[in-house]
Amino acid sequence: MRLLPLIASAVVTVALISVLDKQLTIGSSKTPKLGYFLSPQQGFWKNAEKVESSFDASIVASELKGNVDVYMDDRLVPHIYADHDEDAYFVQGYLHAKFRLWQMDFQTRVASGRLSEIAGADKLSIDRFFRRLGMVYGAEQTEKYIDENNPVMKATVDAYTAGVNAYLKQLAPEDLPFEYKLMNYEPEAWTPKKTYLFLMFMSYDLTGRAASADLQLTNTRDYLGYDLFDKLYTNQQDSLDPIIPKGTNFAKASIVPIKPINADSNYLRKGILGVANNSTATPEAPDKNNGSNNWAVGGSKTKSGRPILCSDPHLGLNLPSLWYEVQITTPTHSTYGASFPGSPAVIIGFNDSVAWGVTNAGRDVLDYYELKFKDSTQKEYWFNGQWQATTNRTEIIKVKDSADVIENIAMTHWGPTMFDGHYQNPQSMGRNLAVKWTGHNASTGVETFYKLNRAKNFDDYIAAISLWKCPGQNFAFASKTGDIAIKQQGSFVARWERQGDFIMPGQDSSYDWQGIIPNEENPFIKNPERGFISSANQKSVEPLYPYYLGTAASFPLYRGISVNKRLQGMNQITPEDMMHLQTDNYNVFALTARPALNKFIDPTKLSVDAQRWVKQMNDWDLYNNEHSTGITIFKTIWDSVENAVWGDELAGASVPLTKPEDFVLLDQMCKDTNFSIADDIRTKNKVETLREEVMIGIENATQKLLSLEKENKLEWASFKATRVTHLTKIPALSRLNLPIGGGVNILNATTDVHGPSWRMVVHLTDEIEAYGLYPGGQSGNPGSPYYDSFVDYWAAGKYYRLLFLPKDKLVNHERTKWHIQFKTA
Amino acid sequence: MKMNQLKIPISILLSAILTFAIGIYAALPWWSFVITNAIISMVIVQKPWISFLTGAIGVSLIWVGLALGIDSANNHILSTKVAQILPLGGSYIKLIMVTGIIGFLLGGLGSLTGSFVRK
Repeated sequence: MRLLPLIASAVVTVALISVLDKQLTIGSSKTPKLGYFLSPQQGFWKNAEKVESSFDASIVASELKGNVDVYMDDRLVPHIYADHDEDAYFVQGYLHAKFRLWQMDFQTRVASGRLSEIAGADKLSIDRFFRRLGMVYGAEQTEKYIDENNPVMKATVDAYTAGVNAYLKQLAPEDLPFEYKLMNYEPEAWTPKKTYLFLMFMSYDLTGRAASADLQLTNTRDYLGYDLFDKLYTNQQDSLDPIIPKGTNFAKASIVPIKPINADSNYLRKGILGVANNSTATPEAPDKNNGSNNWAVGGSKTKSGRPILCSDPHLGLNLPSLWYEVQITTPTHSTYGASFPGSPAVIIGFNDSVAWGVTNAGRDVLDYYELKFKDSTQKEYWFNGQWQATTNRTEIIKVKDSADVIENIAMTHWGPTMFDGHYQNPQSMGRNLAVKWTGHNASTGVETFYKLNRAKNFDDYIAAISLWKCPGQNFAFASKTGDIAIKQQGSFVARWERQGDFIMPGQDSSYDWQGIIPNEENPFIKNPERGFISSANQKSVEPLYPYYLGTAASFPLYRGISVNKRLQGMNQITPEDMMHLQTDNYNVFALTARPALNKFIDPTKLSVDAQRWVKQMNDWDLYNNEHSTGITIFKTIWDSVENAVWGDELAGASVPLTKPEDFVLLDQMCKDTNFSIADDIRTKNKVETLREEVMIGIENATQKLLSLEKENKLEWASFKATRVTHLTKIPALSRLNLPIGGGVNILNATTDVHGPSWRMVVHLTDEIEAYGLYPGGQSGNPGSPYYDSFVDYWAAGKYYRLLFLPKDKLVNHERTKWHIQFKTA
Repeated sequence: MKMNQLKIPISILLSAILTFAIGIYAALPWWSFVITNAIISMVIVQKPWISFLTGAIGVSLIWVGLALGIDSANNHILSTKVAQILPLGGSYIKLIMVTGIIGFLLGGLGSLTGSFVRK
């Protein structure tokens, strides 16, 4: 033995192994364990799926009551045929895990404030935010309620959970999803609580903007003073075309919320002048454009005489997609649609009798109350004239490569204490704030979908959605028997005007919620005379409705105007017409805004370049098409004019203030040329008119447009740069720069990172005729050809015919490719 | 042919086969082939640098071979993405080369260490 060379060689070998067996830090990111990651038998190579893979399989599961057959079609959509409902959900869980495990696990970790556990201390602020908002607390309430009161839902979620875990149990280490290998952690067992956490995340995504907006509105009000605030952030929308047609009668309110007598001075702070204050960044909040379109046309307007229902929820565009298509057929029902990996049942879809779709209601269901603690221990707070005890909720955040962080959250009458001496963000300005949110309440939301999946008619639909609490949604409905309907449903607070728009005083109960509006009083319409129902996140009702909906900024106007105007004019409608409408790029905002701008433009006073841009803007056909340059020019000019008008009011603030909504300026331009706010307060000796501000705006825009022209980014698609982003935001796993038009205020609501996340058109003929797709693919594996297989089709505005067939017909269908047999042991 | 001349192809072949075989057991560490290579060079005694080369070639053959096979069946879908993350300019060829180099170095070092046990 040659000892020295032996030792030397062994040391080098061990050293090389240990370097290749650990995550190296490069800049701000970490590499995978390179040796492991590149090992062809264990690492990422194992995730590189054969392009011609067969998905045939035979699986034995002792949890099943009977055998289940799953047929996969050519788009990798599973068609589940089970003899027992619970077996169907077991298999749905198994398939969600098989194709989307990492995503399900990741999304629920985010929802429960456990990102630091896998990504390290960088993510602590996100985790603390979700913990303190009460995400885990809310999921616990729901779990407890369902366990104690709802055996059917418990059995459903348990079966789903068992299915996910059955997949996990047989998962070999080399077959771990790609992202686990990349980020170096492992999946853990699924639990019912994770399903409820996922649904909490959807509540947050669709109602959680208030967690940031209420602080911003408060700071903006404090900065501007209430009177100016109320002009710029007005709740009056002149051009509103509500979900429930104007002139509809509403029942008398059963709750008449009383505004506290001191609210004008103590809460709204009328008459108090604005003061500048200090603060900087804006924390992340759910996308402002989280919204959707849905509509249904009745038989009187269609060529076939049967209703057509359409739904396209607008959400963040991610890979793997939020959605997973599935057909579930059991003796009790046969349903097809988009499901959430993480939850049983179909969320938006249809069965052999009815179809349904949802849009976000946008109602304010989250408020802050300012607390006065006795001392820094936060054991007592002042409430209704005495010191009340808080209870302490402890949440432990595990942090990768670092010590645990413990959150002590003081629980109050209002809810968890979100902000206090231990936790602040740039907008909370040192206040002690408790958060009250309908999302905290136990909810049987899963049951709404469970029942919609089985609905046979209008009454079943109403019974199903009456259970729905949070996030409030507009449920559109159509049935084979010819009914169409829409109802805004959720736990909605009976508010007085502007209640909860700002932080409320929390020292007594006078600012408390005075009730939840009874379901029967929620906005609703069935088989209206005009022959269609629709919603596009606009205010659901005109101001005659007896309850306050929340600040107008939460309700985009123009898609609602667009869809109603178009549907009004259409007859003899076919499913193809509906697809064209869902992907329509017409800009109804610009239709009004362009002539309004032109009223204020004096072409003779414009520079030569500016004249050219204005001419091109005026030559534009008003469609936000992929290759259009007109929309880019219009948008740049409009934004620039808005900056010129509002900039001075908001520029002095060091707090993050939100810009007033587009409609505020447009409504003013349409009716008033002497808009006082147009004056630039920075120029002391001069009063600017709106005309001058518009001209300034156009000259500023000219400079931007010239540089866009140089960069070759004038065409709308390259300007907008729509992308479908992997949940880790890694560009290589995302699809970038998609050739697609659309945008904010457009029915095809595709912005840069946001848009129609599932397009569905259902024709309720005897044999259902349905079309749909989402911008993703059925497989969550970046190494699979099915990872992003729908993206190009989606961008092109095309649709797939959805296969929805009974078992005997599906088995022999030409598009059926594979068979997965589940056998009970 | 003399037995000595056969040692080289035999040890390369053995190294490749055992690397593959032990790699099937993914519950074992990904670097288990280092051990099998060391054992091979303890059994088949050769000059250290020859042991190094046979082990290096054996492992890199099987690693590159597997990666090539997987990659072509996958139409380079995943390798192209990984080669952007790592970052190798999106080149799957470079990614396969890096895979091979890691196998080559570690395989060789395992064999080298084993060879010194017998020398």
